[in-house]
Amino acid sequence: MSAAMNVRYLRRRFWNIFNLGMAVAMTLFGLFWLVWILWTTLSYGATALNLELFTGDTPAPGSIGGLRNAFVGSLLMIGVAVLIGTPVGILAGTYLAEFAQGSRLAGVIRFFNDILLSAPSIVIGLFIYAVMVVPMGNFSGLAGALSLAILLLPVVLRTTDEMLGMVPGTMREAALALGAPHWKMIVQVSYRAARSGILTGVLLAVARISGETAPLLFTALNNQFFSMNLDKPIANVPVVIFQFAMSPYPEWQHLAWAGALIAAMAVLVLGLVSRFLIKDRSPR
Amino acid sequence: MSEPQKTKISVRHLDFFYGSNKALIDINLEMPENQVTAFIGPSGCGKSTLLRVFNRMYSLYPGQRATGEVLLDGENILAPGMDVNMLRAKIGMVFQKPTPFPMSIYDNIAFGIKLYEKLRKVEMDERVEQALRQAALWEEVKDKLKTSGLGLSGGQQQRLCIARAVAVQPEVILLDEPTSALDPIATLKIEELVSELRNQFTILIVTHNMQQAARVSDYTAFMYIGEMVEFGPTNQLFTNPGKKQTEDYITGRYG
Repeated sequence: MSAAMNVRYLRRRFWNIFNLGMAVAMTLFGLFWLVWILWTTLSYGATALNLELFTGDTPAPGSIGGLRNAFVGSLLMIGVAVLIGTPVGILAGTYLAEFAQGSRLAGVIRFFNDILLSAPSIVIGLFIYAVMVVPMGNFSGLAGALSLAILLLPVVLRTTDEMLGMVPGTMREAALALGAPHWKMIVQVSYRAARSGILTGVLLAVARISGETAPLLFTALNNQFFSMNLDKPIANVPVVIFQFAMSPYPEWQHLAWAGALIAAMAVLVLGLVSRFLIKDRSPR
Repeated sequence: MSEPQKTKISVRHLDFFYGSNKALIDINLEMPENQVTAFIGPSGCGKSTLLRVFNRMYSLYPGQRATGEVLLDGENILAPGMDVNMLRAKIGMVFQKPTPFPMSIYDNIAFGIKLYEKLRKVEMDERVEQALRQAALWEEVKDKLKTSGLGLSGGQQQRLCIARAVAVQPEVILLDEPTSALDPIATLKIEELVSELRNQFTILIVTHNMQQAARVSDYTAFMYIGEMVEFGPTNQLFTNPGKKQTEDYITGRYG
């Protein structure tokens, strides 16, 4: 090995070590914040955890209570949002991946969907406020659910499109070559091949909307009392956290931390379930 | 091969286009019933394209079109009124790469049958077994019918695909380079299978492997750049080719 070669080799080694070191350092930097956030939530929230949290409703300042109404309100709105957003998203994604491959219309739809995907959630909230809350004259859980559905829709649409896009064309041809009609091929073969991916997309979308506060401020508002009426303002975890954490009352602040902890745990569980599904999908 | 055989498929003045690009030029061919016809030729000669005409696979894709006539038992399958799904019930296909569906071995076979017949559980079990036996796969999978078809080896997957095609009880089976993704032993099994299936089905096989064509087929068609150069009994084509081009190809001078 000549001297020149040796220098080149040493330089390459140096850059390799340098880049590896930077990558590790940045990973640790990112993890540091994440761990700090989780730790803070856990240490503040854990002390406020008790059974009352799930049985009592949001209390007046100075008295004891829980977050039952907020949990129920959030679950209700997320449930309705999933019921509205998922079928639309899956069917639209199916159209893009199965019927409109390579067409210009598909390109246009994907482009607008991406815009919707990255639209600030407050814009969505304002939109629902303008077209629904104002004309109807009151804040309502349905308006909240609808704004969450609009946030969920593009995520589901995109994952469906992408997951179906990964189904090999030869598998489709094989189903059609047996004489299967198009819709049967999609339902029994394409969906089956992509189902865990699509389900993962739905779960991640739910994780995304479950923490949204901005659109709910305009739409569902809040409710001090237990209510399952979607026609009226309804309590929900993010807005309660927002109000209680900013309040001067220690009981409220504790409840806010407890709510934050439960919300973070719920998202964590959703994340774990989707990880599990993705793993399940990979070839054995 | 002394008796005259009934023609199963005849191709008359077939041209094929990918957009404005002509891929098949005036193909004329008569394929006898219950015989194996092999299509050989260098890459890009149009043999797979031709095979995909027989079950109208190409019509999935806008911009691909065929003109001329392809007669299946005298009926033109290129005619506008042709019901493609019914055609595909009569003409099954197996692809280059094994394409098991993401479902159990049993359901892979039952999928095709269910498209055409409503069977009781017992009858369905019988049909699935019969198809797997025909594809020489039954002994290997009979204890794990409920497990995923994706868990099988490549060669087993390909035999599963053959079983799936056979289960529908077609008249013709198209094999598009069915062994090109398989190892020699799996290839041998598929070839033996083809020899057995020829009694019940008319088989058309595309292969880039001339030895394979010589081993499994009764008739061979040699194609070159979209044209049918020579078609005849396999024996004759390989031992005494009529055209110089054919001779050059089978002796390895190009391709």
